[in-house]
Amino acid sequence: MRLRLQYIDWIGLFLWVFRAIIIILIVWGTIATLLDNPYSTRQWTDIVIFGIAQGSMYALIAIGYTLVYGVLFMINFAHGEFFMSGIMTSAVFIATPMAATGFLDRQPVLSLVIIGIVAMTVSVGVALLTERVAYRPLRKAPRLVPLITAIGASFFWQYFFAGLYGSQVVPFPVPDGLEGAISMLGTEVLKTHLLVIITTIIMLLGLNFFIMRTKTGKSIRAVAEDKDAAALMGIDVDRAVSITFATGAAMAGVAGLLFAGVFRQVQFFMGFFPGIKAFTAAVLGGIGSIPGAAIGGLVLGLVESIGPALFLEGLGIPAPHQLKDVIAFVMLVLVLIFRPQGILGERLTEKKA
Amino acid sequence: MTETIHTDYRIPIKFGLLAGVISLSLSVIGMVELFAQRDLVAGVITLGQVILFLAPVTLSYLAAGKAPPGKTGTALLYGFLTGFIAALPLILLVWLSESFNLRQFLPNVSPALIEILTFGQGPVLGSLTLVGATSLLGTLAAVMYFIPDRYSEPILLGLMWTLIIGMFSEIMNERIRFFFGSGFAGVIFVSKAMRPIVALIIFIVATLLSALWLRRGDRFKARISGSSTLQGKRARWVAIGVAIVALIILPLLLGTYLSEVVNNVLIFALMGFGLNIVVGFAGLLDLGYVAFFAIGAYTMGLLTSGGDIGIAGMSFWIALPICVTVAVFAGIILGIPVLRMRGDYLAIVTLGFGEIIRILALSDLLRPYIGGAQGILQIPKPFIIGNALIRPDRFYYVILLGVIIAAFVSYRLVGARLGRQWMALREDEDVAEAMGIRLVNTKLLAFAIGAAFSGLAGAIFASKLTSIFPHSFNLLISINVLCLIIVGGMGSLPGVIVGAFFLVGLPELLREFAEYRLLMYGVLLIVMMLAKPEGFLPSQVRKRELHAHEDTSPVSQEG
Repeated sequence: MRLRLQYIDWIGLFLWVFRAIIIILIVWGTIATLLDNPYSTRQWTDIVIFGIAQGSMYALIAIGYTLVYGVLFMINFAHGEFFMSGIMTSAVFIATPMAATGFLDRQPVLSLVIIGIVAMTVSVGVALLTERVAYRPLRKAPRLVPLITAIGASFFWQYFFAGLYGSQVVPFPVPDGLEGAISMLGTEVLKTHLLVIITTIIMLLGLNFFIMRTKTGKSIRAVAEDKDAAALMGIDVDRAVSITFATGAAMAGVAGLLFAGVFRQVQFFMGFFPGIKAFTAAVLGGIGSIPGAAIGGLVLGLVESIGPALFLEGLGIPAPHQLKDVIAFVMLVLVLIFRPQGILGERLTEKKA
Repeated sequence: MTETIHTDYRIPIKFGLLAGVISLSLSVIGMVELFAQRDLVAGVITLGQVILFLAPVTLSYLAAGKAPPGKTGTALLYGFLTGFIAALPLILLVWLSESFNLRQFLPNVSPALIEILTFGQGPVLGSLTLVGATSLLGTLAAVMYFIPDRYSEPILLGLMWTLIIGMFSEIMNERIRFFFGSGFAGVIFVSKAMRPIVALIIFIVATLLSALWLRRGDRFKARISGSSTLQGKRARWVAIGVAIVALIILPLLLGTYLSEVVNNVLIFALMGFGLNIVVGFAGLLDLGYVAFFAIGAYTMGLLTSGGDIGIAGMSFWIALPICVTVAVFAGIILGIPVLRMRGDYLAIVTLGFGEIIRILALSDLLRPYIGGAQGILQIPKPFIIGNALIRPDRFYYVILLGVIIAAFVSYRLVGARLGRQWMALREDEDVAEAMGIRLVNTKLLAFAIGAAFSGLAGAIFASKLTSIFPHSFNLLISINVLCLIIVGGMGSLPGVIVGAFFLVGLPELLREFAEYRLLMYGVLLIVMMLAKPEGFLPSQVRKRELHAHEDTSPVSQEG
């Protein structure tokens, strides 16, 4: 017994030191940066707005992780590919020809709506197919098994679309109306960023209405609560699960459009990192919770864009933006170690994971 | 219940469309065209045609199996219809590409692909030929369903062997020319492919041998394994002796190029043994396994490199144990934060670790110490008694030594106390803890030993390539290793070698496979988990565990 306690103390100590080092580094870096103050207020505002836009996209993708996790307790590793497949297809078949014929600039709103709807449809199709083939037959298998098929599905879709559309970067055309910035709240905001933020808010409100107010949403919540009981109440569990996947994928499809609009390009690999980051966001906010995913996305986006400038630069690290991705991963590790329930969530890592 | 006797046309339509969509997908992603460059039997069939017709044939066979029992005619009709319908999506593609420029959207719908699909006979005649071919093959597949297993199994095996020999004919041609001269090779092969007559002979011989094996094999197996324990033991030692001799003289038979392939297979097998301990024995899904590989390689680079970045200029053999030690420490340090995580969370966090290591290696932050994107150059090869092991057929022995050590350690651990503790952990952490297993120690030992093998592989890898770059250490390596232990069978030691051969060796031997390697890995992971989650060479314990849920009544998932 004494031996066991010793071990726990030792591990606890290690984690405590780890946490202390991270906190000291962040505080030190922040103070050093603030004393040095290398950026103007205008630059800080830009960084923050970009962070919010980035975070909004993470939030939309994170919804898919959180919904599926809430219902099936599985990490849908292929979710980043749902995000990619929709906008890739839409960019190749719809957006590029539209730009070539000039339709995109003549009818910018209609074009964006069409591109978005196609992206959503393809994402939903890919998601439903993946769920049907790779996840549904394994719902009662050991937990590791669907995770491995999810990894398989992720690689399959990535290289399927690489084969289909070629592995080069496809430029994504943006209507002229979205170029440039507008002044608001005493600063300049890029129109694309504004579009991202507004669309995200609309989508999140719509999602909230769908999940909380409609009968289908209610059935999803019931299945998330207890599948067997839901089935006894006459809910078609398979259908509810499919709808959950479809909802998540639709959000991812829209996020794909926004992502392409901000970065002006699409590629078969584009889903991978946003997918992992969005998962981090979902964990950060508390996986299984929809408001959690939104808040987690926002926080992650902000930390990722402010972080390198705020505390890495102060530490004298050269080219801190190279370490942007490290910040997201370190945050994921820290959250899982110190607050596995996330910002708004129940404790899950040990009980259900 | 008379309806069930009637022909149900939904079955062939469903199967046919599925087959058609699969073949169509394989065509539009460029696989068919690329694979068509490999002739199997000269002038008769290419690998592209094989993969094009694989889905229609398989699904026709399955459709025939859905026919009501005893209705031969219906089954043949199902087979025929499935084949017929399977061709329709392909024909649609042919006609669409005639009237539109599909290539602006789908770069792989090339004239060459259309020519393959229409057998070079133009859209009209070509479409008819295609429909005819798939219908005929579908009907033949349905016929196969009715031939008793006694005959159909040897025929299938014979076809399979012919296919395999055909695929490797380029390499075999080279080896046969090396040993027996080009005259003999010319009798069998013509410009990288088999002559049709040779293919026929191989098919007949393989069929007869398979038939013989299927009928007499059991008796033969019983004689080898069963008889008496003393004899069995002796037979085992003889087998081990033969295997060792074979492994030692292998590079002499293979030549430089094939030795290089074998070296890559063995390096992945070495990592496979390590990950097998972490994932297969202890059930901790580690997706950041490449981190330790990178750490081993970078340590070796730093300690031995003769370039600017090298710090010690050590020899390979002195640096090797240090690399392993460093990897073990890294395994423990990265293991501590994830001790309390389970399953999927562990997978994502370890994936994060792998990426952190890669991004750090690539960053300007560590550039003065480990070279950044330029990597580390001038890593020396190992010396044995004054001779540098430069050629791959010499370097082979270094890797072989590592693999044998890893295999031996794993083999001894399976049955040992620690191995059984890992398996208990894998089955149920809470119960294992209640049984008095110290989770912290057991888990950290799994991470540490796994990391040791991976670090060893990394160190050897660095010395093999003589230069390392951060881009060599991406997530795909982890996925590759994970795939190979899943295909071989998690927790199974022979499975690691077999998996490494199929997943690393095949793509290197057949360049076409290398292009679509990750696509196939994805499919393989899904198919394996659906059909054979225990792998091709399963360990007994694992098999029981994975099939346990099929025997019991369904239970709820949370827990």
